[in-house]
Amino acid sequence: MKGWVIGIDVGSLTTDAVIMDEDKRVLSFSIVDTGYNSTDAAREAMTVAAGRAGLELEDVSRLVATGYGRAAVPEANKRVTEIACHAAGAVYLFPDTEMVIDIGGQDSKVIKVGKDGRVQDFVMNDKCAAGTGRFLEVMSAKLKIPLDGMGDISISARGEAAISSVCTVFAESEVVSLVARNCPKEEIVKGIHRSVVNRVWAMTRQLRVSGGVTMTGGVAKNRGVVALMEERVGRRINVPDEPQIVGALGAALFALREK
Amino acid sequence: MSIAPEIRYRFMKDIGAPLVMGMAGLKGKRKAAIKRDVPLGPPLKCSKRLKEIMTRHYFLSRYAEGARPVAWVTSGAPVELLRAFDFYTVYPENHGALCGAQKLGPELCSIAEGHGYNQDLCSYARIDIGVCLSGKTPVGRLPRPDILFASNNICQTVMYWYRVLAHHWKIPLMVFDTPFNFVSLDRSAITYMVRQFEEMIPELERISGRKFSEKKFKEVLRLGKSSAMAWGEVLATMKTVPSPMTIFDAFVHLAPIVSLRGLPVTLEYYNVLLSELKDRVSKGIGAIVNERKRLMWDNIAIWYKIRDFSRLFAERGMNFVTATYTNAWAETISYMDERNPMESLAKAYSLVILNNNLDHRLKLMERLIKEYQVDGLVIHSARSCKPYSVGQYDLKRLLMERLAVPSVVIEADITDFRAYSEEQTTTRLEAFFENIEDGG
Repeated sequence: MKGWVIGIDVGSLTTDAVIMDEDKRVLSFSIVDTGYNSTDAAREAMTVAAGRAGLELEDVSRLVATGYGRAAVPEANKRVTEIACHAAGAVYLFPDTEMVIDIGGQDSKVIKVGKDGRVQDFVMNDKCAAGTGRFLEVMSAKLKIPLDGMGDISISARGEAAISSVCTVFAESEVVSLVARNCPKEEIVKGIHRSVVNRVWAMTRQLRVSGGVTMTGGVAKNRGVVALMEERVGRRINVPDEPQIVGALGAALFALREK
Repeated sequence: MSIAPEIRYRFMKDIGAPLVMGMAGLKGKRKAAIKRDVPLGPPLKCSKRLKEIMTRHYFLSRYAEGARPVAWVTSGAPVELLRAFDFYTVYPENHGALCGAQKLGPELCSIAEGHGYNQDLCSYARIDIGVCLSGKTPVGRLPRPDILFASNNICQTVMYWYRVLAHHWKIPLMVFDTPFNFVSLDRSAITYMVRQFEEMIPELERISGRKFSEKKFKEVLRLGKSSAMAWGEVLATMKTVPSPMTIFDAFVHLAPIVSLRGLPVTLEYYNVLLSELKDRVSKGIGAIVNERKRLMWDNIAIWYKIRDFSRLFAERGMNFVTATYTNAWAETISYMDERNPMESLAKAYSLVILNNNLDHRLKLMERLIKEYQVDGLVIHSARSCKPYSVGQYDLKRLLMERLAVPSVVIEADITDFRAYSEEQTTTRLEAFFENIEDGG
């Protein structure tokens, strides 16, 4: 097969690859841990994805890299920011998207997009891990609940603990004292989710978007966070089946665009 | 004033300073010969003269102590009044910018922090307090002041910062209080400000030991106004495509209008700079090799990033052609009028951008964007400068709605690079570059 492309997103936690054909059909994807060496992780993600699609990596016609480690992919024909990639990927999956909320491992961003998938404006968290995946990771370790189990646990909560601090480190000590006071786990988790949502909500308000909202990034897999975010924005939020690969998907779309 | 310091000052002024200036010029020449930046056009010839002027200013300040009355002054204070009494003036903010450009911010700030000053305090203030407490400065030594002169037209922080200085040096602090301009300046506000000047004069006579001369005061006003107008003309050359200078040049060439306002050397310097720029315009010489996009900067410079940024943007064919910051010294000082000195001085200093309402700022930015044919806007949200950074997100949104100008906010600090994150800033700027290229 000819003319297929790869989009690769080298993030702080995972490195994701998406293979797409000329007709914008996704042939395969992969998600691997970034680990210590971004270049190796990128290579592994591409090899895995190519293997799944039954393709030889050497036959790729174009490669676009995105994410914090995009400079670590020497084979890339082009590098695009994850802001543009998440916007393009989200509009591809949900054409009604006007706002993308991407909560990733080390940052969160809210992007306003036009109908054509172009970025109109964006806001990002700054110099602080509150409101990001890292915040949830720290809390999951502290509570000894697996990261992917946090969403389900919080859904069952009847009440909600108040986490007042906006700082990850201070919030961690708040959680410690809630645990010491025997506060039910699910209520603590719901409080943690609320804290992330409130942080990101403040960013969404700056962009004043009234249309469709799509959530991307690993945290979109957390049902608890999505439910609270929907409550905040007052409408249903589009969540992709694989929210983690939206950046790589966008990168693949850029690779096709410039072929 | 005793005789010995007076003689020493005169000696240094006439013989020592020219020697040091010559050396400063030579150093610049050597550097210029080694460094050739590819995406940047030819460097400005008069940068050498600027370096001489500023070196001389800081060099002579060491000998001013005892020979001339010395004042430490905030950037927005009506210094013209002090000039009438022949004060030697030192600008801690200009000195802070200099320390910032030399990447000394965190080191000097941490001295103040060690004495209990919070990291959230303006880094110009922390640097200055650090300098006072340690005596460390890249300019050798700052003269001990006889008086502190501050105006709250730029921020409220200066009120507390200068009180700390007054306590440290055990000297008087003179404050010029400017009512905030919510809609328009009314008569009572003007009267209130003029009364303050009238009260200051006998105090300044006492501290300086010199009589107030109205003639000299008017001459200073005339010089200050002409310098500000010349600075305005310097900036206006950047309306040309390609622009003969970048805003990063302007940040540096701003020093005389800030610190030596009202002195003949400033007017003379800007006339030289202006003729060099006009010459460039007539020959079509641009400050960057390939000017494709024209940008505007909002807020004070990120002093430790000037060199990196000037390259980063130039490499992409993007040139900053205007800034609300550099414009501030061209905007209201020209209101000064020697025929109505006190009242015009009050207007010139109370209507400055930071003492004026957000609507004024919005209109100003709209005007600059149109006049300078701006394609994009970079907004520096400065951790140090709250009055400048407040309202930026609203301004950004309104400018986007009205003029469809793409913009980006970068969070940083003017001198304390511990509050600057390279990776995060790069991501934002690259997304901005994609956006601006996309827009055609």
